Amino acid sequence: MIISVASGKGGTGKTTVSVNLARTIGAGVQLLDCDVEEPNAHLFLKGREIGSDIVTIPIPTVDESLCDGCGECGRLCRYHAIVSFGSAPLVFPDLCHGCGGCALVCPRGAIRETGKRIGVVETRDADGITLIQGRLDIGVAMAPPLIRAVKSRLNREKTAILDAPPGTSCPVIATVRGSDFVVLVTEPTPFGLHDLGLAIEMIREIAVPFGVVVNRMGAGDDRVHRFCRDEGVPILLEIPDDRRIAEAYSRGELMVDALPDYTDHFATLMWNIRDFRNSGGK
Amino acid sequence: VKVAFTTSGTTLDSPMDPRFGRAAGYIIYDMDTDTVEAVDNRQVLNSAHGAGIQAAEAIVRFGAKSVVTGHCGPNAHRALSAAGVRIYTTQAPTVAEALEAYRAGALATLNSADVDGHWS
Repeated sequence: MIISVASGKGGTGKTTVSVNLARTIGAGVQLLDCDVEEPNAHLFLKGREIGSDIVTIPIPTVDESLCDGCGECGRLCRYHAIVSFGSAPLVFPDLCHGCGGCALVCPRGAIRETGKRIGVVETRDADGITLIQGRLDIGVAMAPPLIRAVKSRLNREKTAILDAPPGTSCPVIATVRGSDFVVLVTEPTPFGLHDLGLAIEMIREIAVPFGVVVNRMGAGDDRVHRFCRDEGVPILLEIPDDRRIAEAYSRGELMVDALPDYTDHFATLMWNIRDFRNSGGK
Repeated sequence: VKVAFTTSGTTLDSPMDPRFGRAAGYIIYDMDTDTVEAVDNRQVLNSAHGAGIQAAEAIVRFGAKSVVTGHCGPNAHRALSAAGVRIYTTQAPTVAEALEAYRAGALATLNSADVDGHWS
């Protein structure tokens, strides 16, 4: 089973839920940190590195001796990463999404693809938990290809938890697409509610079953609960606004290690996810 | 010869827009016939990436051989240079004053980008 942990709003507790859920499931589980712009699961699941691979995307290289400046490549590219003014085209690698379309449409075979490094995928072992994390290179703006590289290392025979980036844009969709279930982490504040609404719209669009975790219960009001009730969205877990949780987090400790009374919370979350799936979401 | 001016309006009296790729629009001035054409750039202005390149493509499409603007980022500069378009900078407040300075040969050419992408 693949469980994605996402949120609209940043800082609601995606990583907290992901790493504690992983520890609760225990050895054999995979945790994929797909927040490749700032991966942080390794701060909580310390372990040893067992592998590191460079990830590249294909970008066009033009053989000017074959190019007749027809401009087909530039007309195809919706990102304006390749553009021709009646002569050999200019390539803007930072804008290229690596689709390879320009090489396909070139009637003279003047375009071939070469790899441009965008980041690395690191694999770690933390007490039997396999942590796979993407780390986008500084200055690179193209997260989805690296996220797909992280996900390509997933072993479907085992349970996987995917820690998504915040928001509702391409990197989040690249993460949650193909999941069996999405956990949306929110907080009971107006911002939390607003962005939860956006996240639910996005998840409904890609048709993956989902439920909500409300973090920092007691910090705000009851509007998230009313919203979930009205929308028929299950609340899978509530985590109280407990100062000890923040203190453990600030030391890089797992909640279930530092505060064993919370172990049951995450066991319950896992039960609720299985239960929800087994009942067909009824 | 056609010259493109970046502007937030549609006439010669309109203010200059100091941005190139994300200018609100362009005035294409034909020096031979003294005619003015206003081009709306709002669609490009709101694109997430590649505004400078798209604007350069538009300038080439309208046949302008020179651009008069406030600043120019790296992608736009590379595209305009490849297309053989000269880039001039000015602080003139209106298109008419920029045009006057251009006619007088008082404008400096911009030989490299003077701002980063997404600067404004």
